[in-house]
Amino acid sequence: MKVTLKVWRQKSASDKGKIETYKLDKVEEHMSFLEMMDVLNEQLITEGKIPVAFDHDCREGICGTCSMHINGEPHGPDRGVTTCQLHMRMFNDGDTIYIEPFRAKGFPVIKDLVVDRSAFERIQHAGGFVSVPTSGNTQDANAIPIPKADADKAFDAASCIGCGACVASCKNASAMLFVAAKVSQFSLLPQGKVEAKKRVLSMVEQMDKEGFGNCSNTGACEVECPKGISLENIARMNREYLKASASSE
Amino acid sequence: MATLDAKIPEGPIKDKWTNHKNKINLVNPANKRSIDIIVVGTGLAGGSAAASLAEMGYSVKAFCFQDSPRRAHSIAAQGGINAAKNYQNDGDSIFRLFYDTVKGGDYRSREANVYRLAEVSGNIIDQCVAQGVPFAREYGGLLDNRSFGGVLVSRTFYAKGQTGQQLLLGAYSAMNRQIGKGKIKMYNRHEMLELVKVDGKARGIIARNLVTGEIERHSAHAVVIASGGYGNVFFLSTNAMGSNVTAAWRVHKQGAYFANPCYTQIHPTCIPRSGDYQSKLTLMSESLRNDGRIWVPKNMDDVMAIRDGKLKPTDLPAERRDYYLERRYPAFGNLVPRDVASRAAKERCDAGYGVNKTGEAVYLDFATAINRYGSETAMISGENNPSDARIKELGEAVIESKYGNLFQMYEKIVDENPYKTPMMIYPAVHYTMGGIWVDYNLMTTIPGCYAAGEANFSDHGANRLGASALMQGLADGYFVLPYTIGDYLSNDIRTGAISTETAEFAEAETAVTTRIAGFMNNKGTKSVDHFHKLLGKVMWEKVGMARNEKGLKEAIEEIRKIRTEFHKHVLIPGSSDEMNPELEKALRVEDFIELGELFAKDALERTESCGGHFREESVEIGGPQDGEAKRDDENFAYVAAWEWTGDPSNSQVHKEKLVFNDIELKQRSYK
Repeated sequence: MKVTLKVWRQKSASDKGKIETYKLDKVEEHMSFLEMMDVLNEQLITEGKIPVAFDHDCREGICGTCSMHINGEPHGPDRGVTTCQLHMRMFNDGDTIYIEPFRAKGFPVIKDLVVDRSAFERIQHAGGFVSVPTSGNTQDANAIPIPKADADKAFDAASCIGCGACVASCKNASAMLFVAAKVSQFSLLPQGKVEAKKRVLSMVEQMDKEGFGNCSNTGACEVECPKGISLENIARMNREYLKASASSE
Repeated sequence: MATLDAKIPEGPIKDKWTNHKNKINLVNPANKRSIDIIVVGTGLAGGSAAASLAEMGYSVKAFCFQDSPRRAHSIAAQGGINAAKNYQNDGDSIFRLFYDTVKGGDYRSREANVYRLAEVSGNIIDQCVAQGVPFAREYGGLLDNRSFGGVLVSRTFYAKGQTGQQLLLGAYSAMNRQIGKGKIKMYNRHEMLELVKVDGKARGIIARNLVTGEIERHSAHAVVIASGGYGNVFFLSTNAMGSNVTAAWRVHKQGAYFANPCYTQIHPTCIPRSGDYQSKLTLMSESLRNDGRIWVPKNMDDVMAIRDGKLKPTDLPAERRDYYLERRYPAFGNLVPRDVASRAAKERCDAGYGVNKTGEAVYLDFATAINRYGSETAMISGENNPSDARIKELGEAVIESKYGNLFQMYEKIVDENPYKTPMMIYPAVHYTMGGIWVDYNLMTTIPGCYAAGEANFSDHGANRLGASALMQGLADGYFVLPYTIGDYLSNDIRTGAISTETAEFAEAETAVTTRIAGFMNNKGTKSVDHFHKLLGKVMWEKVGMARNEKGLKEAIEEIRKIRTEFHKHVLIPGSSDEMNPELEKALRVEDFIELGELFAKDALERTESCGGHFREESVEIGGPQDGEAKRDDENFAYVAAWEWTGDPSNSQVHKEKLVFNDIELKQRSYK
């Protein structure tokens, strides 16, 4: 199949950036979207041009590195997949495809389609952990039984890959779904309850500092999340936050 | 030349680690603050090591090329993590886990290291649960276990098909706690390009900031390499695109011996290649072989008809199918170990029976299991005389509950429904057992330079068992290194901060900038990937699942030619003082090409077959094992540790003899 690509090119963070047009005429439907990008880059290199920089690593939907905005949607038109698992069979011969970086104040562009998501790191540093030493001298793993339903819910929240699609899909560039997933994982488990108040307060404080917008419950994040992280987590975090604010000194 | 002293402690195997820890020198807390440790790589081994060392009080600098430590490739591990907890009361013990691991590795690992691994395995699970890792649980609230290949007990802890992700997020959270306290200084999007030695000791690294292109000097009192495996030397593998050998190869070139480079695990159940544009391969969990039957057509006419789309595999009657694993290995059938299953698939495809357009695919068929589960479910629920369609429906529901996420992943990639038509699978490079040689303390042959996790060679011998990689990474990082490194650093309490303004740092930096300038100024015409693919093709065809003298000698020649061509014709667009993914790849591929040659050389010297290393010349002839791999304990019960002397062709081998006091050497039989 043949496709026309409209790709965001931006040399550096300070460059203004613009859309460039490229044509590819030997795209196969079984290619992944990133393999199509490899073909584009190979073509650009042989033409003596600069290839398009984009983030990617595991190419099996788990590392959360890939991050493109494709035809107006983070990770493109398919549901429940990251860009690396999106396949060209989702497109038609002759299509024009717009490829842009994730757009959010909290995610400044580094180059072309690569953005800086270190704000997510700093939110995690603020409280995304249980303060337990790594000595191994903890109690036996089976000493505290945890109801299966709680463990499963905690797992569902913990399956967030930190890609940032929730932020990119949100009209306010809110990071609530990401932060809520982390807060929820710990608040659902007995191990995380001890520090629950401090955790939610400091993580939310850091989230606000990073310039992410407010949540207005439109739910775009849940629709675009490649891992199906539920909005329930946001409700849970709001409850945790309220509890913590009301009772903290 | 460094001496090869494994430093295995004296005494009975079960007391070695305890005694060793009791005798180890300690560093007092006040002194730890003024000691710096560099950790390269933030997967399970590096992440857990960085967190533990920082918690003990050392000042840690951690480096990863990804934009976050949480994205290291440990995150992609699916199946689980082994631990000798014996929660299932099925006879598991530390000794049994030790025994299974040594046997599974085809008796090519170091007993003392493996025993220690089994010994600390239980602590890993305790630790992870305390950190809030959401392992799978039973309805009573206790931890659940599953079984894995090559063992007779249920000792694998898991979190759905995302165990690696959950464990890495656990280690990452422990890191976050220390980063927040300022005890770990994290360098994301940084790549180590050189090790700096001062007076023969590892004292720092040269790293490139991948965002700005800046070359940076970082000093420390010790350097830990936890940069993972080198499966991407094959270009196509289940590794992440960025996984590379550079950190390991750089320390090798600075004097660390590289052990058993030819030991590679080729996993039998991966999604086949679909075309030349293919960038990586995706694993389908080993657990599928519990219910899937592997086959190809018996007759070439049927193969051709299937490839041309004139015949559907589901329409081929059973008598025209060749269930070759069941035919060759009646006792183990479809559940033979990974190395055996992979070689058998290659044998059929080489003979021309591959079922897709590239000729490199076999079927993994669930129809029998669907029928069996369907009939069972009907009987249990009291449905008399169910129709075939009803049986299928019930059976598919059972399969979905067991493997639903894998089936969905397959359908997304291949665009075929595996409930209705058999999956197509083919072996792919998955894990490298070889790596930097380390002693019992995980120190390389360079004083002060350590290696942990997949980057070292120590625990899996010639073949790794399922669910043991995660165990080793976390054991090294949480529980081994934090003790053993203190023994070395106790001599460094008066050293003070290491200056980067020295001749050694300047020299190492110049070496790096010269390499980079060489690439940038090269007036080539071809991309890095072009050469990486050429290398991968040679490695796969001649140094892959089956190796022979002629092929290996040809491979060495061909790899040398690729090296020359690469340096002559590679083209790196852009500049070096900016984000430049092509330059990053070039620096990695340069190292892969050198490693590839040593890899082939190691495979050539080891004329026995063992584990994942199969030499066509070393097979059983006659008798019940006719045609199977033949190990040679008399001549090859050693670790081949290679010393760099300027070029892979001149590398010198040093042999660490493997002594088995606690386990009897036996042949593995699956007939």
